[in-house]
This record gives sequence, C-alpha cells and structure tokens, in this order.
Amino acid sequence: MTERRRPAGLRPAWLAAGVLAVLVATILGLAFGSVSLPPGGVAVEMLNLLPGVRLTSGLSDREVAILTQLRLPRVVLGLLVGALLALAGAAYQGAFRNPLADPHLLGVASGAGLGVTAVIVLGASGAADGLTGLPIGVPAAAFAGAIGAVTLTWLLGAAGGRDRSPATLILAGVAVSAFLSAAQTYLLQRHLESVRDVYSWMLGRLSTAGWHDVLVVLPYAVVTCVIVLAQRRELDVLTVGDAEAASLGLHPQRVRYLLIVAASLGTAAAVSVSGLIGFVGIIVPHTLRLLAGPGNRALLPLSVLLGAAFLALTDLLARTAGGDAEIPIGVVTAFLGAPFFVLVLRTSRTAPE
Amino acid sequence: MTNSEPDSPGRTAVEVERLTVRLDGTLIVDGVDLDVAEGEWVTVIGPNGAGKSTALRAIGGLLPFGGTVRWHGRAVADMHRRERARAVATVLQSPVVPPGVRVFDYVLLGRTPYIPPLGRESAADLEAADEALAALDLVPFAGRRLDTLSGGERQRVFLARALAQGAGILLLDEPTSALDIGHQQEVLELVDRLRSSRGLTVLATMHDLSTAGEYADRMVLLSGGRVVAAGTPSEVLTEENLAEHYRVKVRIIPGDHGPLVVAVRT
Repeated sequence: MTERRRPAGLRPAWLAAGVLAVLVATILGLAFGSVSLPPGGVAVEMLNLLPGVRLTSGLSDREVAILTQLRLPRVVLGLLVGALLALAGAAYQGAFRNPLADPHLLGVASGAGLGVTAVIVLGASGAADGLTGLPIGVPAAAFAGAIGAVTLTWLLGAAGGRDRSPATLILAGVAVSAFLSAAQTYLLQRHLESVRDVYSWMLGRLSTAGWHDVLVVLPYAVVTCVIVLAQRRELDVLTVGDAEAASLGLHPQRVRYLLIVAASLGTAAAVSVSGLIGFVGIIVPHTLRLLAGPGNRALLPLSVLLGAAFLALTDLLARTAGGDAEIPIGVVTAFLGAPFFVLVLRTSRTAPE
Repeated sequence: MTNSEPDSPGRTAVEVERLTVRLDGTLIVDGVDLDVAEGEWVTVIGPNGAGKSTALRAIGGLLPFGGTVRWHGRAVADMHRRERARAVATVLQSPVVPPGVRVFDYVLLGRTPYIPPLGRESAADLEAADEALAALDLVPFAGRRLDTLSGGERQRVFLARALAQGAGILLLDEPTSALDIGHQQEVLELVDRLRSSRGLTVLATMHDLSTAGEYADRMVLLSGGRVVAAGTPSEVLTEENLAEHYRVKVRIIPGDHGPLVVAVRT
C-alpha cells in the first residue's frame, strides 16, 4: 500500500479528454452538413477568429460565410444547450439523490415549455413568423414554469411518504409533465395561429439559431455553471444523507434548494432556445459516472464538457442522417436516450436509499 | 487530533436539561436530564419507541428541541453549524452508503467542517483522514468501494469518518445493531480504545443490554420519553427495572465487566 492517497477530484487526463471532445465535436459540427468543408480548413478558420491570427485556410469567401454566419452560431448554441442539460441532469441527480432525475423526467422542461408557449401565444403575437429574435421575456417565463414544475414534482413525490424509491419522484415528474403538456395543448388549441411555431420549436431544434439566441442563453448558462460548479463538494457531502450531512456542518436543504434553482434556470434557458431535447441529462452524467467514478468534483465539470460535445455531435447527426430533411434533434436524443434510460433503471434499482 | 482544550478531570462534556422533542406534533422526548463527564462513556437504553434515537439526534443538534443542550459548557443553540461539527461527531444508525464511493473519499468527508466554502482539502485534512483509517485498521481498504465492504467493515468506516471530524464528543446511535456478536465486540473495543487513547467522550444508544452494560461507565434508561433510571450498569440493569419498562422477565448474572442480562420464559 504505497499508493499516495488523494481525494477523488478532476484528473488532468479527464479534463484534457473533455476539452478534446469539445474541440473535435466543434470542428466536425462546423465541417459537415449540406455542404461539406475540409475539417483542416475549418480548424484554421477557427484559429483566425482569435485576435491577431491570420492564416490561410484555403476556404472560399462563401465557405467562410457559411462557416461563421450559419454554422458557428448553431454549433455554439448546441454546445451551450448540451452543457446546460447535462449539468442540470447531474445537479438534479445529486440534489434529489436520485439517479433517474433529469430535467425532462422531473417535468421541469415541460414547465419551461409551458412558459415559453404562453409567451408565444399570448404575448408576442407580432412575432408570428417564428422565433427568430427570441422575445426577451421567454427565458424568464421558462424559468417561472420550470420552478413551478419542479416544486410540484417534489411535493407530489414527497406525498408518497418516507418510503420513497427513486421511481416515486420520477412518477410524480411524469404526472406533472402530462398535466403541463395538457395545459400547453389547451393553450395552443385556443391560439391555433401559433401551432406551427410552437410545434417546430417544441420538437427541439437549433436550426433557426443565430447569434441572437446564443447571446440570450449565455448569461443564464454562466450563472448556472458558476453556481452548480461551486457546490460540487457540497453535492458529495449530500450523498451521505441529510442527517449525516447536517452533522458534518452542512445545511442540506439550503444546498439542495440552491442547486435545484440553478439547474432549473439552466434548463429553462436551454428549453427557451432549443425546445424539448430529452435525455441529455441522463445519458451524459451516467456515462461519465461509469468512466470517471461517482465523485461530483469530476462529474460536474466533465458533464459540462461532454454534454456540450454530445449535443454538438447529435445535432450533426440530426442534420445529416436524414438526407435533405433535417431530423428534429429532440427525436435523435430520444432514440438514443430511451434505451439508455432502461439500462439506468435496471442498474440503479440495486442502490437502496 | 481532538480539539478539546485541556480539561480538568470530571468536567462535563455534555449537559442536557429538560430536553423535549416533538416529531410531527407528537411528544417523543419528555423532559430528559442527562450529563456526560469528559472522557466518560454513557449509554442510553430503553424499549423500542422510548425515544433513544430521537434524544440522541437532538443532543447532536440534528433536530429542533426544547430545553438546553450544552457541549463543553456552550449552548448548542448558540453555535454555528460548522462549529458544532468540529465539537461533536455523530454516527447514525445504518447510514446511507453512497454508491461507488471509495473508502478514503468517504472518510475524507469527515473533514467537511474544516474546509472553507469553495475550498479544497488541505494536507492536514488528508493526513487526518489517513490517520483515522489507520486508527480503525482500515488502511488496506482505503482504495476499495465502500459498497463492497461487509457490515463490520462499513461500521468501522463510519467511525473513521466520525474520527476524522476531530471532535471530542462522539455520539453513536445503535453502533452495533447490524453486526454479529463477534463484530459487535470488535467495534465496541475499537471505540473504547479510541476513547482512552484520545480522551473522547462517548454517548451511545444501544439495544443489547448485556453488551451495553459491559462498555458503559453509566447508563440511562428511557421509557416513554422520560428518564426512569440512571446510574452504573448494575444500578440500572435490575430485574425490577427491566420487568417494569421492557415487560420482560430477566435474570441478571454478575459478569466481569457488568451485569449480564438473560431473558427467561415466563
């Protein structure tokens, strides 16, 4: 036993792998699509975006325009949304001490969706030509809906009494989700003129994204990341149970509220720009737990990086797999995520509370 | 390791006056008075539902309570959470075992009250965790996953986490209830050894009366949330006391380290 013991933190190798994954996903996402560009040239053009760098990439002006005007904002938005959804999933899983928690399964995304729908159909009737130029009130409405939904799910899940299995909370989330979706459908039926807009947004899309959407979501992303990452050690302490965490000097409920609010803020921001993209918060954190271990100090930052890379690659798949017709990205993540969810369900049943 | 100031012998480590606890409106602990001297081992016994665990949690500052609880002369209500965690370490009955966590990382969580917000473990924290592992003969397990350990090994890990907290007072809620008789003895011997080598004060709740009597300096018998008997094990573990409060006929056999209690059929 000569091993030098050190706490389970973020190993540099994992950090490097995460950064590499983001870079690779970004280059691929930029290079491929309806027009394919040489990845080497794309990488050079990206370097050219840095101040003071002037290199020849061999791309034509038109190709550079496609790259920087169309693809880059879309890829960046994909990176942000993926990072937020994965981080929110990991944060919910830690805060609820529930491996199945996820922005969508908790009903948070539906709550945010209802908020967005309400703004579209009730408020911004002028912006009938889609969501280009996301109304500034949308993320706020989404956040209100998200907080309302997570509160409802939590209360319903707790109504089952002390004998709470991970599935109880998720069942509550499913009920809340169904209820909120019904409210959303009702709202849409009353405002049929907005149905097309809302559905194209709801299925999950990064396609109408411009830099505007990136700028709308960026402040929320920063706030969410800062709050959640600052709590990563506290999340590890929470794993030992509330009473034990309290005996270690933590205020478990305060940490939990803070994390849930931050994760809901991130979810709301992601949903308001990209619609309902499911399962990212399940797939990414669980894969990382298998690879890098359960410690939140490694898990949370890696979720940000790998969540970003994952969604950028998924978007690439959504753009290219269906030929000319783009597949909604929410459909792709659901195809990947549903079987994965079954896997998590089967393996997590052995971990009793 | 302990951060308790040099104490005059016989000073009181834990003082409890008129402790009352209500859970969901029901009175569970009803006016309990209790003292534990510095370095003493006091065990709370009582039938199921007597309020032992609830009282222990309240004394540990983990539940809202009425009355006064003082640790080393300071009222718990006046202390900050982190301050409390440096003064008293609590091992609850069957703690949650986080899936996948390594023994070393789990023990290191005991250093939480010393790590500033946004900070990370200092070299002293790592050393304290190492030392706690060594004290409980857990060094070979440091890199193992906690959820792969046996019940006795886990209980030692929980104790190591408490020990790493560097607190002078140790509260143990049913520390041996999940263990077979051999591991019960092993764990209690370890606690007793740590108590004498580090001057720890131990307040425990226990189920097994004979075992409880063998390790405790003094015992407190709770029934219906009240103290009905207190004193040395031979004063508390009497046929009359147990018949009245446990509704059981027992025979008391004098043992080397305290009375041995045997239930007999009526």
